[in-house]
This record gives sequence, structure tokens and C-alpha cells, in this order.
Amino acid sequence: MIQADTIVRSTCPYCGVGCQLDLHIRDNLIYRVGASFDSGPNYGLLCVKGRFGHDFLWHPDRLTTPLIRRNGHLEPASWDEALGLVADRLASIRAESGPDAIALLCSAKCTNEENYLMQKLARQVIGTHNIDHCARL
Amino acid sequence: MQAFGSGAMTNSIADITDARAILAIGTNTTEQHPVLSLRIKEAVRKHGAKLIVADPRRIGLADFAVLHLQHEAGTDLALLNGLAYIILEENLHDADYIAERTENFEAWRAVVEQYPPDKVSQITGVPVEDLVQAARIYGGNRPASIFYAMGITQHTVGHQNVLAIANLAMLTGNVGVPGGGVNPLRGQNNVQGACDVGGLPNVYPGYQRVDNEAAREKFAAYHGVPQPPPRPGLTVTEMLQAAHDGRVRALYIMGENPAMSDPDSTHVRECLEALEFLVVQDIFLNETGEMADVVLPAAAFAEKDGTFTNTERRVRLVRRALDPPGEARPDWEIIAEIARRLGAEGWDYADPAAIMDEIADVAPIYGGMSFERLEGEGLQWPCPDRDHPGTPILHVGKFSRGKGRFSPVHHQPAAELPDEEYPLMLTTGRILQHWHTGTMTRRVGGLEFLAPEELVEINPADAAALGIADRDWIRVSSRRGAVTARAWVTDRVRPGLIFMTFHFAEALGNVLTNNVIDPVAKIPEYKVCAVRVEKAEAPEMAGV
Ligand code: SF4
Repeated sequence: MIQADTIVRSTCPYCGVGCQLDLHIRDNLIYRVGASFDSGPNYGLLCVKGRFGHDFLWHPDRLTTPLIRRNGHLEPASWDEALGLVADRLASIRAESGPDAIALLCSAKCTNEENYLMQKLARQVIGTHNIDHCARL
Repeated sequence: MQAFGSGAMTNSIADITDARAILAIGTNTTEQHPVLSLRIKEAVRKHGAKLIVADPRRIGLADFAVLHLQHEAGTDLALLNGLAYIILEENLHDADYIAERTENFEAWRAVVEQYPPDKVSQITGVPVEDLVQAARIYGGNRPASIFYAMGITQHTVGHQNVLAIANLAMLTGNVGVPGGGVNPLRGQNNVQGACDVGGLPNVYPGYQRVDNEAAREKFAAYHGVPQPPPRPGLTVTEMLQAAHDGRVRALYIMGENPAMSDPDSTHVRECLEALEFLVVQDIFLNETGEMADVVLPAAAFAEKDGTFTNTERRVRLVRRALDPPGEARPDWEIIAEIARRLGAEGWDYADPAAIMDEIADVAPIYGGMSFERLEGEGLQWPCPDRDHPGTPILHVGKFSRGKGRFSPVHHQPAAELPDEEYPLMLTTGRILQHWHTGTMTRRVGGLEFLAPEELVEINPADAAALGIADRDWIRVSSRRGAVTARAWVTDRVRPGLIFMTFHFAEALGNVLTNNVIDPVAKIPEYKVCAVRVEKAEAPEMAGV
């Protein structure tokens, strides 16, 4: 039987129940997902998505490099160029039309820390309360 | 929530089994919150709780209920007021609790008295005997809990629906007790957390309102910068409209797919096209990313550290188990880098634990949290300081706003009802095997095998009248667009009602849905719109 290199406890990325997953890792793949009987809220239980829904992680469609639109097409670019372009365009639109000409969407799929930073970027750096996510959808 | 002073599940998943009665309304729990539904089933099967399911569809949980109220979609408010009427008439309310802990009872009562059973039965289509039985079960057993989800909120009257639920729980003294409560089930894994940390246009982290002067001063001092004007920013739906009108020129999107998830998706695409500059940061090139000027590759949940907050307000650790593919980076690193490039100071976080420390500094409900303390079972907010054990049940002894407030609310029909041209009603939702717009689950072979295509649920009576057999191709049209998919002829839906999801880009329910929104909560009315159904030819490339 295959043995895990490591077992990592994490939280399910699908629904708001927040089941605890034991990710069995080998060769940078999750090859099995378990759940501990000692940890709530799921106490050993998982649904079909939490237990079997992780193959998307290594799907060939995953984005692996920044993309920039050139002549109508999205083409690979370096991080430096992509981040530089984002910062330049946001700065110039803000200078021309004010901070409220920019809006940001954070995400119910991302972590608390990431959402916190996104609203901080909106309010404390750009200077707008135009920040939302799909809480209502 | 305006009734109690906070908008989250009041109780915990662990005390579901303490309930003697449970009302589940507008939640398809077995498919949307599967493991939590097991606790509800356990409460019924092992602990003898009496379950009432109120849903226009005969959902899986109905098999465990003593009573299924199959009310017409969009009539929840009449139903809830009607139950309150019977509880009052039969003297099942908790007069002491009402007197001690609540206000505005008499004004509310005057409105509820306009909802006698025969009138409510006429509006909702639920027989009077069932209304009486439901009121006796919910009102006559203590403690009793209420669970609800987007079947309640995704209506033009969603905000009033939520108040009507709070009214019912206060009427019976069920708020602030184990096994009771008002329990909204949050959909996405971290929708609770995204709201908690200020991912909303009207509040700073920890639900501190942007128009509160003290909050503004606190954030100005903490970050050392002036604050934006004290009025709420734009919601998703408003941002899109503002893009269309040219008021918003740039949009930076992290981990969302509005081109597919938002109502009236044809209009949404026009709005996104009108933007001068669109940045999309995601793990896949989704339908929105294809329209972007810059796409930034993000790490997925298993490739980074952080926290999610579940529907019972419990903050849990997310741990890095894998390396991200290629050059993909965690979202927090990307955002911090953009902030630095915009010249901001104070963005040199060593790791997500340092960001959580800052959240604890500025958001009192997270005040006592740190990665160290979150090891193990996590903590439930409010957790104001480092010695606080967290809060499993809200409003014990006292509501966060002081007294619980009864809010008079009236039934209003949905914004778009069936007529001659569009004679059926469409309601939308999700299924067990897929998630939201399918960005993740439609790339999991096993889940695609289980649920490879959209199946439109249609009642046998309607199907027969239209000459449609099970698995026939049908065309569903509304005032906004049309889609083709196969029919699932089933009495899961009432006559006159059809059901679709928004998982499948090739047959997207949101082409049809109405983008009219609840003026208070700003939630679109996904749950009701008018449609027409016809038999259709199989589309090309249907993948037979
Ligand atoms: S395992 Fe299923 S029930 Fe549990 S959090 Fe994940 S999606 Fe929700």
C-alpha cells in the first residue's frame, strides 16, 4: 500500500460547514482524503466533494503564469511585468478619475487573511469602499 | 441582522441534536450542507426531534420530516407570518421572554393578525391543517431551531424574510438557548469570513460601519492614512452597472466569476466589456478571466496557509500541503506586492499568521485570535481577548443590540410572476456533486461522471401538457435569454415550477434569472422568475 509522506490537516474548500480534512500527501499530490473522528464539526464524516473533489488542483488548465492581453490575446508574461502593469493602470485611473473609479471584488473562496488584505488595499491604499464579494449569490 | 444586532448562525453545529423541533426553510441541506444535514437527521432519528421542512421542492431532507410544507416559491413571508398567527392564537408563545427581552411586540402583532390561516393557505398553497400542525410543532416544543439558506434570502423580499424568521424565534423564546436559534447556513466555505474581515462595501473588518465616526478615526490612526468618505461603496451588482455607465473604469477581481455567477449573465458580460481595465486573479482562466486585461495565477486552498470561518462562526486553519503549480502564488502575496508597488507602507507580512495578528488588532470580534490559538478546534467569534474561549451561542441572556426587536413585515409577490407569455416559474439552486459555477468541480472526473449535465426539473403534469418526456431536450426562455438542456420529469417540483442550477456554462440558468435586487440586502432574486418551456432539438455537440 502507498504510504503518505505527510498527512496535513486542513479545512474543506467547498461549503460553509467547514469539515476538517486529513490530506494524505505524496509526490506533491493528494492521493487520499480522510477525516479524524476526534475533530468537529464532521467527526470522521465527509461528503462526496470534500472526500473526492480535489483533482482540480493538478488539472492541466491551472494557470501557471501571469497573462497580459496583447493585440486582443492573452499572452504569458512575467510577474514583474504583470504586477507593474496593474499598479500603473490603477494609479493612473485613480489620478484621473478618483478612487471611486476603481472597484475590487474579494472572494468567499479565499482565506480571511486574503480578504482582509483586499479590503485594506481598497480602503487604505486606493481609498474607496468599493469592495464586495458574492456573499449574496 | 437588524432584529438582534448581528447576522450569523446564532447557535453551533454541535447543539443541533439538542433541538426538540427543527424548522428547515429554504435550505436544501442534504445537498448544500451535507455533513450538517447528517446532524439534523441524527437529531430526528436518534433524539426524536420533530422536523418540519418548508420548501417548494421535495428535497431530500423532506424524507426525514414529519411535515413537508411545499409552499409556492416566493411566499415565505406569508407562510412565516401565518405560523406566528396560529402560535399566538393557540397561546404557544413565550410571554415572559417577550416582555423581558424584546421590544415592538404590539406593533408587530397588529400586522401578523392580518395573516389568518385561510388567507395564508390561499397565498402559499399549503393546506390549513398543515399550517396548524406546523405551528403546533414549532411553537409547542422547546427548544426549537430554525435553519435557512438562500431559499430565504435570494428574493426581492429576502431581507424581510430573514426578519420574519427572527420574529418567529423571539415569539417562542428560542434565541439565546442551546438547541434553538436562528441559523442561516452560509453557502461558500468562507463567505462568513469574507464578511467578518470587511469584504463588504458598508463595513470595516468586524462589522464596524463605514459611517461610524469612531471606526473611521480608529482606522485612520491605525493605518496612518485618511479614510474614504463615510458612505458605503458599491455592491457587486452596482459595480457592474457602474462599469456599464463608465463610472467605474477598473475592476480587480480575486477568486470570483461574475460572468457566470451573476443574474442576467448576458448583461453582466456587456458590463465587463465596458471596463477599461479588468484584472482577474484566479486558479483557472474562468469565463470572467477570458475577458481580462491581466490575469494573475493564484495558489489554491491546499497550496497556502490561512484561515476560513465556517457557518457557525468558527475560525479554522487552512494549511499548505502542496506546492502551487508553475509560478502561481498565494493571493495574499500578490495583493501585498500590488500595495507595495502602489507606494503603500506596512505591507511587509512575513506570513498569514502576521496578517491574522493585524485582524485581531482592528476587529474586536477576532480580538483574541492568533494562529497559535486556532490550532485544534479553532475559535468561534466573538472572541474579544486572548483569554476568551469563544462564543458557541449568541444572545444568551441579552441580545447584542440590547433588546430583540420585532419587525412588522408584509407579504409581497415576487418581482416577476408567470403570465401568459411566460407561464412557468423558475427557481435556481445547486446540486450535491457540483459547486457554484463549476470552476473546480467540473474539473474533477469523478464528480463529472456523477453529474455530467444540467437537468431541468419539471413536474409530470406540466411535462405532459407540453408533450415532454423524461430526458427530452427542452428550451427554457425568459425575458432575458434562452437555454437548452434536458428535462428531468419529477414531482420534486410543484406543478408550475421548474428548477435549474448555474453549474453548467453550456446551459446556464443565470441567462434566465432576473437581476432585480432586494433594496435593503442587495441580494438578487435568483429564486423566482417567469419562463416558458418548449420541446427542442438536441443541440449540436451535445455529447450524446
Ligand atoms: S466535506 Fe462536504 S459538507 Fe463538509 S465542508 Fe466539504 S462540502 Fe461541506
